Amino acid sequence: MTITYWDEYYELMRREDLEKIQLNRLKKAVVRAYHNLPYYRQKIEQAGINIYDIQSLTDLQHLPFTTKQDLRNVYPFGAIAEPLRNIVRIHSSSGTTGSATVVGYTRNDIETWSQLLARTLCGCGVTEEDIIQVAFGYGLFTGGLGVHYGAEKLGATVVPMSSGNTLRQIQILKDFGISVLCCTPSYALYLAEVAKENQVQWNQTAFRLGIFGAEPWSEEMRTEIEKKLPIRAFDIYGLSEVIGPGVAYECEIHQGLHTSEDCFLPEIVDIQTGKPLPPGNIGELVFTTLTKEGTPVIRYRTGDISSLSYDECRCGRTTVRMKRVTSRTDDMLIIRGVNVYPSQIESVILSFDGIEPYYQIIVTRENFLDKVEVEVEVSSEIFSDEIKVLENLKKRMEEKMKAELNISCSIKLTKPKSIARSEGKAKRVIDLRKKEGSS
Amino acid sequence: MKQISVFLENKPGSLHAILAKLKEWGVNLRALSLADTADFGVLRFIVEKPEQLVEKLRKENFTATLTEILSVGIEDRPGGLADIVGILTSHQISIEYLYAFVSPQGQKAYVVIRVEDIQQARTLLQEVNASLLDEIVI
Repeated sequence: MTITYWDEYYELMRREDLEKIQLNRLKKAVVRAYHNLPYYRQKIEQAGINIYDIQSLTDLQHLPFTTKQDLRNVYPFGAIAEPLRNIVRIHSSSGTTGSATVVGYTRNDIETWSQLLARTLCGCGVTEEDIIQVAFGYGLFTGGLGVHYGAEKLGATVVPMSSGNTLRQIQILKDFGISVLCCTPSYALYLAEVAKENQVQWNQTAFRLGIFGAEPWSEEMRTEIEKKLPIRAFDIYGLSEVIGPGVAYECEIHQGLHTSEDCFLPEIVDIQTGKPLPPGNIGELVFTTLTKEGTPVIRYRTGDISSLSYDECRCGRTTVRMKRVTSRTDDMLIIRGVNVYPSQIESVILSFDGIEPYYQIIVTRENFLDKVEVEVEVSSEIFSDEIKVLENLKKRMEEKMKAELNISCSIKLTKPKSIARSEGKAKRVIDLRKKEGSS
Repeated sequence: MKQISVFLENKPGSLHAILAKLKEWGVNLRALSLADTADFGVLRFIVEKPEQLVEKLRKENFTATLTEILSVGIEDRPGGLADIVGILTSHQISIEYLYAFVSPQGQKAYVVIRVEDIQQARTLLQEVNASLLDEIVI
């Protein structure tokens, strides 16, 4: 196995050297945030902290967190630390979980970001020989343009498709000899399904690699995608508040995502108490940007659940690896007191052969009791004329949910294509309890 | 003989959706039965050229499958069905399901019978000269 690094200097740096660089950058970033971001200055003053007391990386934990709400409060430009004349680009979060947050990039930020994405794509095995179809949305969303600039920096040939229009996506994939597709994992599955309906012969294409991100997905989902498409699937991670895609990426080894630590300092904290947790523990990911000029964030709480491993990776990179994000703090469901993440339900469903990777979780409350219904699609391959076979399948799924997740749910079998396909981030959970206002 | 089975979701309009499709295609149903549970239903029916129809249904996103069944002619008299079922029962063949339909020809009543071991059931019924339909011609 030959491994190509985009930026050996940072990817293979000795950890003690890296930490010195991080500390230098951290000190500067905190001072800058204090002087240029009134909202953060206020936080520091309220906490009664002298920013010049930050003398080591562990001192970071004395600084207050930045939350999504903080950024929303200063909408639109209050989180931008430069005069607008120095800002060359504005992006905004997709507003998946509420009102949008706005981020600005200086010319240097765009250059750094492109470099980080080139590093990311290179880490996933993309080369300058590749033709890459970017099916992330272009526009305010960071996904499309972020990957675009990185792929150009790397020297690959970029086909900027943006999202949607699946038949055309497939046509281009075939006609242009696309070798790499970049989109959300749920969209990749949808594209596979549409391709199958149109009798696409994958072995006659150059398609070999999938770079997927922008939503949590499970290992079972990866298996499913790799079964349906002629590719290896890689996970990339990022969020607009930190920079967009380019924060972390999987290498060939597929054991966690290498975090670009020269630019982003990661921490894992306890979801409830906010206390930093030692390596290996699962908690909420927190990032501090070390080089960002436009919208720097100090200890930004991502809402993503992960853990960190500092063990050296077989690929030779020395950067910390974050466990792939399969759930978020805000998509945790509490079902009759039991905590469940949609990704856990996904794992159970996909462990059954012949069940399509589409599902919808519907939570309601009846007589003060939470009820969970999981809709799954019955494909013609597993459909049996005998009722007892279907009832048995349903029962086995329900029993496995009970055994593995400790929740009682009812599985509802539906016909193929009855669950909405997504072209961006999939909507898996419909929680009807919130509307009732009784919680 | 082959029967088509279609998965029906338990929600209003799902039966009509398939029937409307069959009407649109001018498909004449020779026999049909609807099995239901609390959660879903299965519509089973007999038509001419079921292989072609099942493909068309799948293209329209119906979950459909072909099942091998026995179509047995029964004398139109008291005890006619009991005699046929009796033969199967005496050989420990359990019936998964059974439904009756009007004969397209002749004086007989017909039943569709689904058993696990179709081959054995067929041989047994042939031994007593029961009339078995292999295909429906309209």
